[in-house]
Amino acid sequence: MKSRLVYMDHGATTPVRKEVFDAMIPFFQEQYGNPSSLHTPGRKVRQAVEEAREKTARALGAGAEDIYFTAGGTESNNIALRGAAKERAKPGHIITSSVEHHAVLDVCQDLEREGHWVTYLPVDQDGLVDPETVKEAITGDTFIISIMAANNEIGTLQPIREIGSVARDCGILFHTDAVQVVGQLPVDVNDLNVDFLSLAAHKFNGPKGIGALYMKKGVKVDPLYRGGSQERKLRPGTENVPGVIGLGRAVELAVSEIPGKQKKLEYLRDRLIEGLIGIGDVVLNGHPQKRLPGNVNVSFKYIEGESVLLSLDMEGIAASSGSACSSGSLEPSHVLSAIGLDHPTAHGSVRFSLGFGNSEEDIDYVLEKAPPIVERLRSMSPTYHAR
Amino acid sequence: MYNDKVMEHFNNPRNVGEIPDADGVGETGSFKCGDTMKLYIKVKNDRIEDIKFQTFGCGAAIASSSMLTEMVKGKTVEEAAQVTNQDVADELGGLPPMKLHCSNLAADALQNAIADYKDHKIKQQSL
Repeated sequence: MKSRLVYMDHGATTPVRKEVFDAMIPFFQEQYGNPSSLHTPGRKVRQAVEEAREKTARALGAGAEDIYFTAGGTESNNIALRGAAKERAKPGHIITSSVEHHAVLDVCQDLEREGHWVTYLPVDQDGLVDPETVKEAITGDTFIISIMAANNEIGTLQPIREIGSVARDCGILFHTDAVQVVGQLPVDVNDLNVDFLSLAAHKFNGPKGIGALYMKKGVKVDPLYRGGSQERKLRPGTENVPGVIGLGRAVELAVSEIPGKQKKLEYLRDRLIEGLIGIGDVVLNGHPQKRLPGNVNVSFKYIEGESVLLSLDMEGIAASSGSACSSGSLEPSHVLSAIGLDHPTAHGSVRFSLGFGNSEEDIDYVLEKAPPIVERLRSMSPTYHAR
Repeated sequence: MYNDKVMEHFNNPRNVGEIPDADGVGETGSFKCGDTMKLYIKVKNDRIEDIKFQTFGCGAAIASSSMLTEMVKGKTVEEAAQVTNQDVADELGGLPPMKLHCSNLAADALQNAIADYKDHKIKQQSL
């Protein structure tokens, strides 16, 4: 029945590229040595791991010694936030935003239970954090600020450089969860004034289960795990070598292709936004310009997101939604609530996240299939008839 | 996530629409998740002669609305009033656990429609 697959959920994950997969293969059966071993097979793998570290560092404008491999974005966020909190002698104050990913929000809530206190900054209707509010929230006890580089749901790009300079002026650590940005837009850790930056390989056509934390020289955190001396004890445990190699190759490719890819995705994104809004009673969520190149998030008024997703899926279109019904909780997404959407509008949200491989034909296909789906669901909706 | 029967009802829902001269109209909504259902009944000789629904909600909400209308059409009002949300879910061959309480509300809408119908009847008789 499904003659075609149009994958538009790159914000969730991406396929591993052939070049990346090929680079990983030898590290399963041929180059299986432990990079910590003294012998030749081990030393060869060590060299490959360090090359991947250098590639990752180059992609961020960082030094190789500032890159720590982790299990992914969630672990990087945990090491930075919990690690900075553990390093302190007594509880302190944390500043974050109300639209962070749960991999930051839930860590903050956990730290609150341990005695720390947290300011969750509001955002404007486009999802932007105002750097002035960061400045105003700082107290003598503030030890870390964590603001995401781009929102995973609505794609809004935060003013990281400005927030970073506020943090630097006040001598406070600054972490950014950049999993949605690395490989999509140019990133330079020095330009952004960050002390920590989290990334995950599977968001830019690398493998799942591998990520990295950039941690600026001189910054100290208490590791979450105890064990061997891998990753300079910040993340002990034998390295996920094939993953590390895949990350290195994926980040190298993704960053080198940004100029062309960004332009192409922005063009496709804007065409899709325009076409969907043309259906009528469809609103764009997130900032119209300051948004990820591949992110389209719209609310179809009078209908519910999960119904739209199910219907799209039957046409071979894979997207996602911030509606309560599809998230596994009863509440609509905290991000859509934070930008001030009322419940029905939040429930009608659908995210299409474009990536490597999406074409003009894919946009045409979605714009052909979406209007009748929306019309059918609206014809059943009591709120549409009562409007 | 959903079984074939639920998807079949979602894709081809029975009895969608409204009845302009309905004898009873019932509405219900999940305050928590935002689903809204509106049910219209036409009653003749104490039997539900016609029934239509409108639903704002997820796949489970639409499928359970459709299922309920099919289950009670032709039944007496008293028989129809016995149908529970659980009966609807069972008839659909089951729903995911998290959907049972938030989106499976069609029987509640029917209870409201029946109450509305009885209300009208009492008012008419007292005139």
